[in-house]
Amino acid sequence: MDNSHDHLVKIRNVHFKRGERQIFSGIDMTIPKGKVVAIMGPSGCGKTTMLRLIGAKLKPSQGSIEVDGQNIHRLSRKQLYTARRKIGLLFQSGALFTGMSVFENVAFPLREHTNLSELLIRDLVLMKLQAVGLRGAAGLMPSELSGGMARRVALARAIALDPQLIMYDEPFTGLDPIAMGVIVNLIRRLNDALGLTSIVVSHDVSEVMGIADYIYVLADGKVIGEGTPESIKHTQSPRLEQFIQGLPDGVVPFHYPAKDYAEELLA
Amino acid sequence: MIARMQALGEQGLNFCGTFGRAGLFLLATLLRRPRLIRTFPLLVNELYSVGVLSLIIIIVSGLFIGMVLGLQGYNILVDFAASEKLGTLVALSIVRELGPVVAALLFAGRAGSALTAEIGLMKATEQLDSMEMIGVDPLWRIISPRLWAGFIALPLLTLIFSAVAILGGYLVGVQWLGIDGGSFWSNMQATVHFREDVVNGIIKSLVFGFVVVWIAVFQGFDAVPTSAGISRATTKTVVYSSLAILGLDFVLTAMMMGGW
Repeated sequence: MDNSHDHLVKIRNVHFKRGERQIFSGIDMTIPKGKVVAIMGPSGCGKTTMLRLIGAKLKPSQGSIEVDGQNIHRLSRKQLYTARRKIGLLFQSGALFTGMSVFENVAFPLREHTNLSELLIRDLVLMKLQAVGLRGAAGLMPSELSGGMARRVALARAIALDPQLIMYDEPFTGLDPIAMGVIVNLIRRLNDALGLTSIVVSHDVSEVMGIADYIYVLADGKVIGEGTPESIKHTQSPRLEQFIQGLPDGVVPFHYPAKDYAEELLA
Repeated sequence: MIARMQALGEQGLNFCGTFGRAGLFLLATLLRRPRLIRTFPLLVNELYSVGVLSLIIIIVSGLFIGMVLGLQGYNILVDFAASEKLGTLVALSIVRELGPVVAALLFAGRAGSALTAEIGLMKATEQLDSMEMIGVDPLWRIISPRLWAGFIALPLLTLIFSAVAILGGYLVGVQWLGIDGGSFWSNMQATVHFREDVVNGIIKSLVFGFVVVWIAVFQGFDAVPTSAGISRATTKTVVYSSLAILGLDFVLTAMMMGGW
């Protein structure tokens, strides 16, 4: 992956600490343009933190993150807000504005960043909602949507400004099989149809394997494996194997570190 | 003993840290470049939310406080054969002190707590984060209109409170207890001065409005994004605002009485 010059995001030697806890210690990743790249790993390994670092919501203690050739953490506030228009982030909860209707939510980025006429905004919003299959729900309020629908609306909002990069934070969590199928399909379809670059953060192995072009697996603050879904599936690394096959015990122990069991009971 | 002193010192440092963050937050909000055409509709919305929706509690409370003041004042003044001075008593008490202070306390309880809860919930549900990721600054879009709306709304609410309270005093004193209406109004007119009384009351309410909304929006923005965190932030807004209002009232009154 590093040989290609056609990369949208370059993460180099990133270290990040939260309080006393070291989240990342020297992460290198490269996200090529036009691809769906998945970042996987067990809960608490820092997948969402990585998205927040790429979106410059957090700052690494060491290392650099370049988005479209710009070191995102060296930009001024104004430059950063401009750069963020090229980045869409789909939050796990959808994070829709609860005081606005579905239509207004999708229109929000267009109203804030463009001077388009109301007529044009209306057409664009309906097109984005049509792309996620929710044109008929334009008049609903977020409280009237199911979890899957809320995520699709958030997706329509995230693509409203036609970003170059779209990041999905745990897009499959808590969805029923139908809604999950819809989201899986949308991620792939929108990526290809709109020429986006997508980063999907998830621990749902089978769904990610089905749509990703390339996968990074994180654990203990490092990249413990990377490759195409096929190569990850056939990996020989015990740690990666345990994660991919969902084995409860192995290199990653089932038990949280503790004193000897018998010793503690008899104490 | 040392542990207690350490805990006290830690609390002091935490307080200074929070106060510093609140100051920087306020400065950052005030320094955002105003975009009048875009900000105006947001400001009108917030004026409705913090101002118009607070009207009921302000009017009802003002009426009852004025009525109680009229009743209590009459019972004291009548012993000195000075019941005609009721208008003066009611008007000066309301315009100088009760109007700005009680309206601000009610405003903190009604609008301040609502602002904190709203902003805190927006933070907890990642709406502020998503706004930032869309490339819209929440300090400009969410905080600034609320801050200015509170600053504008409270003095107006205070004027309404004072007017209604004086009306309440009039209803009890003149309509119910039979004081002469002419002396009620003329005594009031003769003793209440626009600059010393009315303007000073408005200055107080401007200061209170600014402080209450600053506390409310900062507590919401700084809230721990959990249900317990929002509950704590809302409580803090009401407690800190009330203490700040009463403390500042003394300071401002002392300054105003001292010929400032």
